[in-house]
Amino acid sequence: MTVDSIQNGIVIDHIAAGRGMKLYELLGLHGTETPVAMMMNVSSRKLGKKDIIKIDGDFSLNLDVIGYVDPGATVNIIRNGVRAEKKQIDVPERLENVIRCKNPRCISTTEQELPQVFLLTDRKEKEYRCAWCETRAAGI
Amino acid sequence: MRSILDIPDLSLEELDALMDRAEDIIARPDDYAEACRRKKLATLFFEPSTRTRLSFEAAMYELGGRVITVAGADASSAAKGESVADTVKTVSCYADIIAMRHPKEGAARVAAMNATVPVINAGDGGHSHPTQTLADLLTIRREKGRFSGLTVGLCGDLKFGRTVHSLISALSRYEGVRFVLISPEELKVPSYVKNESLKKKRIPYTQETDLESVIGDLDILYMTRVQRERFFNEEDYLRLKDSYILTPEKLKRARKDLCVMHPLPRVNEISVAVDQDPRACYFKQVLNGKFMREALILMLLGLG
Repeated sequence: MTVDSIQNGIVIDHIAAGRGMKLYELLGLHGTETPVAMMMNVSSRKLGKKDIIKIDGDFSLNLDVIGYVDPGATVNIIRNGVRAEKKQIDVPERLENVIRCKNPRCISTTEQELPQVFLLTDRKEKEYRCAWCETRAAGI
Repeated sequence: MRSILDIPDLSLEELDALMDRAEDIIARPDDYAEACRRKKLATLFFEPSTRTRLSFEAAMYELGGRVITVAGADASSAAKGESVADTVKTVSCYADIIAMRHPKEGAARVAAMNATVPVINAGDGGHSHPTQTLADLLTIRREKGRFSGLTVGLCGDLKFGRTVHSLISALSRYEGVRFVLISPEELKVPSYVKNESLKKKRIPYTQETDLESVIGDLDILYMTRVQRERFFNEEDYLRLKDSYILTPEKLKRARKDLCVMHPLPRVNEISVAVDQDPRACYFKQVLNGKFMREALILMLLGLG
């Protein structure tokens, strides 16, 4: 299977197989008119299988989302058909308006304009908790 | 300006200082009778609570201060859809300090971020209720004179009981405390509480299902109510609510100097006959709560 290379845009590579769709969703790519290619279960020497997302054109990328879903992913910015920049991805300490608190008793479910904030509480376990009610975020 | 939302907001030194202050208020109440003169406490209670609101109000009156209050969401602007943020910004214009109870978890943090006066969390849903824990700590210290070397039994709803989680967290900061966690399988202490407060600190604990078989080992027995409002399912509540009831019969197996505690209100988990036993400390806890709230108000207002 081949997908045309892009001239100007973003390639998110080395996404752990199966996490591409989650990343696609949390990045808000479903709401963009920019052409996007989503490849799943692509053979990888490093990972065995991987997912890849190619975004053809400008898109405001929230790197915290990528760090949350898969800090092992790589992000390459393509300009004029060549890699112009490689972004560093790290597990973010704070997530704002990326995921929602599942606790129905959380103040964020009723308070006007209160952002959904999650804080990294255990880096080893990649555990996030709601900054308001401290409920643990569901795993990816 | 500082707010108190949860017990970890207070250092061990501050906890000890608050208990020392409370002891001083008990010993010399007249010295504090004018301590909060011309200061106003606003009590904002957005869910039913009799004892905590009265405790805060009694505490402020005993310090010579005044109280303005909103009791119940029905009577407040919250019923009209006003946010917590706007409510506390408004109340900050009238009061020097706010004590707030709210059914939503995390509401106190939102209040503290928006208020321009100190906020005391008087309970935010099932999340935190730090002044209850302050009452518990003072009761244990006054009854036992120490924390180290104590075997503390916690019994009943250990899953949803916020007072239990907070007390475990607070006591785990003192050296030499051992825990016996007594509950039905369905209401065990959540693993994140065990991990953070007990396992990481290598604090000894056991989990039991039978109160009678371990009651003789305990220095403190902290009973809790199986709370109807914490259940999503009425059937689960009815099935579990009577699991653990303390009776004079069960107390026969306990040590002579056991201290029986309960955050109150009780439903039927402690038989009324136990009230006559000198080991029953739960009404002393109520009184101690008032003194600790006095100490906390003084600390946050920078007085005394």
